[in-house]
Amino acid sequence: MREKVAIGLGTASALLLTYTLYQMFMVLSDEVLQGAIYRIMFFHVPAAMIGMIGFFVALTMSVLYLSSGHLRYDALAASIIEVSVIFATVNIVTGSIWARIIWGVWWVWDYRLTSQLVCILIFAGYLMMRRAIDEPTQRARLSAALCIFGCVDVVIVWKSIEWFRNNHPGPVLTFRTGGGTMDPSMEHVLYWNLLALLLLGIALVLVRTRQDDMAREIDSLRRLANASA
Amino acid sequence: MLRQALSVARKDLSIELRTKESLNASIAFAISILLLFSFAFDAVLQDTVNFAAGLLWLVVAFAGALVFNRGFARELPNECLDALLASPLSAASLVIGKALANLAMLLVVELVSLVVFGIFFNVHWTTHPLFLAILFLLATWGISLLGAVFGALTVNLRLRELMLPVIIYPVLVPLLIAAIEITNTLLSIQPVGATEFAWGKMLVVFDIVFTALAVFLADTILVN
Amino acid sequence: MTGIIEIERLWKYHGDYAALRDCTLTIYEGSCCALLGRNGAGKTTLLRILAGLSPYQQGSVKLFGEKPRSDKARRQVGFLGHGIGVYEDLSARENLDFFAGISGVAQPRAVATSWLQRVGLERVAGMPVRQFSRGMRQRLALARAFLHAPKVLLLDEPFTSLDDRAIAMLSELLIESRQRGATIVLSTHQLREALAIASHVALVENGRLRYTGERTQEMLDDTGLLYRLHTELGAA
Repeated sequence: MREKVAIGLGTASALLLTYTLYQMFMVLSDEVLQGAIYRIMFFHVPAAMIGMIGFFVALTMSVLYLSSGHLRYDALAASIIEVSVIFATVNIVTGSIWARIIWGVWWVWDYRLTSQLVCILIFAGYLMMRRAIDEPTQRARLSAALCIFGCVDVVIVWKSIEWFRNNHPGPVLTFRTGGGTMDPSMEHVLYWNLLALLLLGIALVLVRTRQDDMAREIDSLRRLANASA
Repeated sequence: MLRQALSVARKDLSIELRTKESLNASIAFAISILLLFSFAFDAVLQDTVNFAAGLLWLVVAFAGALVFNRGFARELPNECLDALLASPLSAASLVIGKALANLAMLLVVELVSLVVFGIFFNVHWTTHPLFLAILFLLATWGISLLGAVFGALTVNLRLRELMLPVIIYPVLVPLLIAAIEITNTLLSIQPVGATEFAWGKMLVVFDIVFTALAVFLADTILVN
Repeated sequence: MTGIIEIERLWKYHGDYAALRDCTLTIYEGSCCALLGRNGAGKTTLLRILAGLSPYQQGSVKLFGEKPRSDKARRQVGFLGHGIGVYEDLSARENLDFFAGISGVAQPRAVATSWLQRVGLERVAGMPVRQFSRGMRQRLALARAFLHAPKVLLLDEPFTSLDDRAIAMLSELLIESRQRGATIVLSTHQLREALAIASHVALVENGRLRYTGERTQEMLDDTGLLYRLHTELGAA
């Protein structure tokens, strides 16, 4: 059943992406100030939003695990964080490419890029720690605790780096055109792309949790075999 | 709970004073890093003020890792951690106690670093001594607390010494930024103003939020 | 008789492996229950769960009607595991002062002093434990576990590698504890000592409780009886 949902979501995502890519390249014209590269925003912005939402959904899953003890929540939290880290990485890679084209440098200490990098590091640590623990219950408890600390910190990180940039003005990654507002036709494509990528993200999480479920099923079959031995 | 935490801190500091493992290592480490920085940045008088604050807090963060790794590792021989957890001591008191011990040790490292830094780089720390003291207390508490929490988290893990720095540094970013910003102002001729108080407030919020989280999640982290 | 320790359908997993399977056991106030079984049977796991050191996945465990991690439970429990649980770099006195302090006894220093005398370590009280002989460490460990007069004693293979003086001391402490109404759970594979002081026995094999019941004279006379009757070892 879950497989079907994942395939369905994946297909929907692919169709939507086809539509938006068509819109991006065939319909919309180049942006006045930035040229062709502005199109990267259609992936850069949704990736950031999905990554961030993902981290907080994972937080909810971690809390649910601690209160209920069902390992399923831990599996969900880990899968969502994996996928969110990927989206966050897409976010900073696309930002980096944009910066290279527009400013000629691969990295700028823009507050958003920097905050996102810190978030990636926090959750990369989470994923690394999971790999260092073999026992599933211990892994679930410690991961849940770390996820809570990480997510609370994420909020503080974003605020503090933004303040830091206010004191030390630097480049700002913005795709807003001239007057600061986005052309409605562009905005429309952005939101469709957001939906497409969100569906893709959910499909990936479903695939990942299915892998985890299979692993747990194998575990319990082993337990059964050991128990009757 | 505070009384129990203080017992734990006192016990840890007694052991530390006797063996001086962490203290000696972290102070030696701090001085080495300061020395390396002097080559890296070619300490010319007027330049040092610009990056002194950042360097100092980096040194504290790195030396801290040495202290934190020992923190819970000290409980492993003779299965003392089991004896502690089976006793009426709450897990929260244990973590806070460890954090208090970390705090004391880090403050010593910071004091030594301030003196050495002042000598090597001719930096004057005494322009706003009271503010500096408050800042050091607030920031060091945050670092010590997270050191204790993540020390507890990693105590039973395979790659403890590697995992602890990997997990703790990204989480410490906001605290370090705040500390560096405030220290920058305290070192320069600028007066302490609204911005510094804003950063100070952020430090206080950081400390309160993470202390509360630590107390709340101590049992989850330690009982495995 | 009140059931001080109530274990109901307990399951504990280490990854794939079920360390404890469907265990049910009630231990009554004032009794002394010997957990018997081979190495790896699950005795240590069970004791650690009772001491609040290990979580469990299914079933329920109650001490004094509350979960093992509760304050009330831990205040009444004295635990002696495989490790001696004392700090090498502190002196005997400092160790006992510390543990007396965190155990909530009324006058920690006085209690620590009297226990030092009790276990015969008062002359070396100021020496760091690092310099103690094995027997001295064991006696210090006993002092640590018993000093807050716990109502429940959880002892994991306490007789293993104790010297004669320490064995005598431990037996004396156990008898005294039973006299003041404490409940004792001890795991061992040294049948003779255990059966001598136990009022009840529980036989653990492969994580299951194969037999639970009162200790009988028959068991005392023939220490291999239980194993022969209830385990595969005997079936062969």
